[in-house]
Amino acid sequence: MPAPSSASAPARSPVGSFASDLFTSHLASLAAAPAWWLDRKRAAYEQFAGLPLPRRTDESWRFSNILGLSLDGYGLPAPATTRLAPFPISSAASLTFVNNTLIRGAAAESKLPAGVIVTTLAEAAVRHADLLQEHFMAQPQKLGSAKFAALHTAFVGDGAFIHVPRGVELAEPILIQHIASGAGAAVFPHTLVIAEENSRVCVVDTFVSDDAGAHFACGANDLYAGHGANLTYVGAQAWSRDTLSFQFNSTVVRRDARVQSLNLNVGGRQARHESLSQLQAPGGFSEMLALTVADRTQEFDQRTLQIHQAPNTKSDLLYKNALRDKARTIFSGLIVVDPDAQKTDAYQSNRNLMLSEEAEANSLPGLEIQANDVRCTHGATSSRIDPEQEFYLQSRGITKAMADELLTFGFFEEVLNRLENEELHAALRALIQTQFKKK
Amino acid sequence: MSSLVIQDLHVAIGEKEIVKGLSLTIGSGEVHAVMGPNGTGKSTLAKAIAGHPDCTITKGDVILDGVSILEQEADERARAGIFLAFQYPSEIPGVSIANFLRAARQARLAEGEELDATAYYKRLYARMDLLKIDRKFTSRAVNEGFSGGEKKRCEILQMAMLEPRIAVMDETDSGLDIDALRIVADGVNTLRGPNLGVLLITHYQRLLEYIVPDFVHVMYDGRIVKSGGKDLALELEAKGYDWVKKDFATATA
Repeated sequence: MPAPSSASAPARSPVGSFASDLFTSHLASLAAAPAWWLDRKRAAYEQFAGLPLPRRTDESWRFSNILGLSLDGYGLPAPATTRLAPFPISSAASLTFVNNTLIRGAAAESKLPAGVIVTTLAEAAVRHADLLQEHFMAQPQKLGSAKFAALHTAFVGDGAFIHVPRGVELAEPILIQHIASGAGAAVFPHTLVIAEENSRVCVVDTFVSDDAGAHFACGANDLYAGHGANLTYVGAQAWSRDTLSFQFNSTVVRRDARVQSLNLNVGGRQARHESLSQLQAPGGFSEMLALTVADRTQEFDQRTLQIHQAPNTKSDLLYKNALRDKARTIFSGLIVVDPDAQKTDAYQSNRNLMLSEEAEANSLPGLEIQANDVRCTHGATSSRIDPEQEFYLQSRGITKAMADELLTFGFFEEVLNRLENEELHAALRALIQTQFKKK
Repeated sequence: MSSLVIQDLHVAIGEKEIVKGLSLTIGSGEVHAVMGPNGTGKSTLAKAIAGHPDCTITKGDVILDGVSILEQEADERARAGIFLAFQYPSEIPGVSIANFLRAARQARLAEGEELDATAYYKRLYARMDLLKIDRKFTSRAVNEGFSGGEKKRCEILQMAMLEPRIAVMDETDSGLDIDALRIVADGVNTLRGPNLGVLLITHYQRLLEYIVPDFVHVMYDGRIVKSGGKDLALELEAKGYDWVKKDFATATA
């Protein structure tokens, strides 16, 4: 057991609500799961319980609200349905999970090419054990949340498993919706995407609450882009305003593959997002994008790592935050270039638009370069709305509030424009718009 | 019929008084040109009418159709019918002209009323045709990377879409090339009519070859020192601003 970190902070249980009896009952609910899967979960639970909660002195939690990370007050929710409208895009296939259970799965037969697998983790554990073993939570946790990632593995109930075989291209996205319902519900969303050689796929993950209750979300997405694959991933996080959320992304980019990920964050009381891109073979490209609208007292904590492990790899990160009211954001990004990753081209940028005097944006960009022939740039900026721009809009009759909204959209458009799918662009734009309409 | 009455207006920027007791009345259907040398307060006058937060009105009044607008925010003034064509319009990255104008039109509707998108586009395209502006223009971000001429075209299109009662056009010292000059002139001439009053601020007489004003006022040291018909501009061109300065010096001596 870890000692309390300081006299002033109340001693907190390192497991909180996720005590061993809860884990035992969770395992009991997975009677049909193969032994290896249960063993994996047991090991993860041990790891989770053995690791301390983050401490103020941990560099990887710098600026985070440590006291907000309490694991108390949650439980595994009962199955539920939902009346939420589906995310408004057309898709080749979609899966909807409410409280960790699949409630709806639909493949538009004509749209899903032969050989593509869109199924649940539970089914994959039985039928595609080799793929799952190879790719599920297989990458190192380097960004500070080993404990919560282990919690995810221990309690993950179900999730999406997507496998696109060699050479297959999907014209439309695959939509995965994760929904939390009922106060205190703990959900563990998972989406695993394996895009084999020269395949092409776009996966959209949405994270929403069915009600305004306090939810606990601890999710992960594992993305694997094989040789020459083209994988687009969009995560749209709109949990309730009372949710504590963790989301872990791992992206593996193989030779000549291209991964584009865009995470839109609007929900949660405190939301941490960790994203790891590993460029493992020459020609790989990872484009990491994020847009966050932070308002009231929300905290968005984003930690990223771009690791260039092979020569001639490219990564391009652009995280934009718009902050209102007393919101806080943290961006900590690191580019690592291994000694033999010559000709690396890495870019990292965090831009914050401050719409309030009381908002707070923290940026910690970083580089660790061990090769000598590389091009790496990084930067962080925080700026307020230009009063001349605001006056220009107002001089056209646009109210100050609307001017701020337009300027925020303008600020985000650079990122949204990088999406190929216009329907998706419009849906994300509409989701951002809801944040401005609420007031 | 509308009127903008400027009464003994004094405007300071910071501690410095720039406009020092200026009076002028602009009625619908009239084009008033205000000319004057650099640094005489012409742009400050334009900004003060539009409600720029940097301008402090220390004395006097600005009255639109019988109502003082000085207590109004810039957006209220705009909705009341004031339009400022900027000398250097801001770039608004990521916001298309179409969306920008849509927001401006939406702002003129009552709370809860939604803009009719079909009618809006119909109107937008009609105005663009009138001003001979290419349809592709409105999908570009407002003023971003625009040439001088494109910025002027964008201002004129906004003016056409927002149908102000009084347009204040700040063209001072903008070093407009002949194309940009023609865009402004053609725009104003097209939109000119019984429902629009124009206050045209310009440094050079050149613009007035294309837009023939009804009245010409010479501004110097924060006030109007001479008013007349369109011939005054020619006289000014011939004699130069020194002539006004000399007169002014004599008058205040």
